[in-house]
Amino acid sequence: MNAGERMIPCSQAVRELWDYLDQRLSPEEQSEVERHLAFCRRCCGELEFAKQLQRFLASHGADEIPPDVKEHLERLVEEL
Amino acid sequence: MRAFRSFESLEDPQAGLAWMQRILVNAHRDRVRKDSRTVPEVPVEEVDEFSLYRTLADEDPLPYSDSLHVDFLHSFGREDVHEVLMRLPEIYRAPLVLRYMQGFSTKEIAKLLDAPLGTVLARLHRGRKLFEKELWAYANEADLLHAGVER
Repeated sequence: MNAGERMIPCSQAVRELWDYLDQRLSPEEQSEVERHLAFCRRCCGELEFAKQLQRFLASHGADEIPPDVKEHLERLVEEL
Repeated sequence: MRAFRSFESLEDPQAGLAWMQRILVNAHRDRVRKDSRTVPEVPVEEVDEFSLYRTLADEDPLPYSDSLHVDFLHSFGREDVHEVLMRLPEIYRAPLVLRYMQGFSTKEIAKLLDAPLGTVLARLHRGRKLFEKELWAYANEADLLHAGVER
């Protein structure tokens, strides 16, 4: 790690993991999270679990609403 | 809002529709209820510190499991997930369902709920944490961890 590169604490890394997965972080924030993950096994576990939770929610979402209704909703969004 | 009127006119009898209608209509009511003092925001400090990943690692509720975190999630049936979601305040449940279960983008959700993007993002963050916390609470209360991986 270069001298000027900041290492964020676990609390911040965990707080930003879902936004990291959603690619909502700035390039600088993304680098900070990646630098942290390279050094922190526990936060790598947190990241993997966040991915599992996303898949878990998505798999149950498919049960919750029929495809034609979802399509209709998407059309409504376009009309807004 | 035209979206809600159109949506309510659908005649599909499947349960998913009723579920989504309830989410959207309630979210709509939240929006109309402009007085922010009535919105049940959850204090930051109560949820932001909670980590389901860490709690599972510390508590080890499935000691015979080789993949504790995955098996924990697999112990939830469809109805259980529904119950957990219904425990979340509406303002957090709606963005969570629309983003992670229905795949809408955050910008689309902001339009659907007629809320600023920043508000949607903040509620998604809080909603995810609340969801983790309620998964853990529900698993304990409903004794899922003993029925566990056999479900």
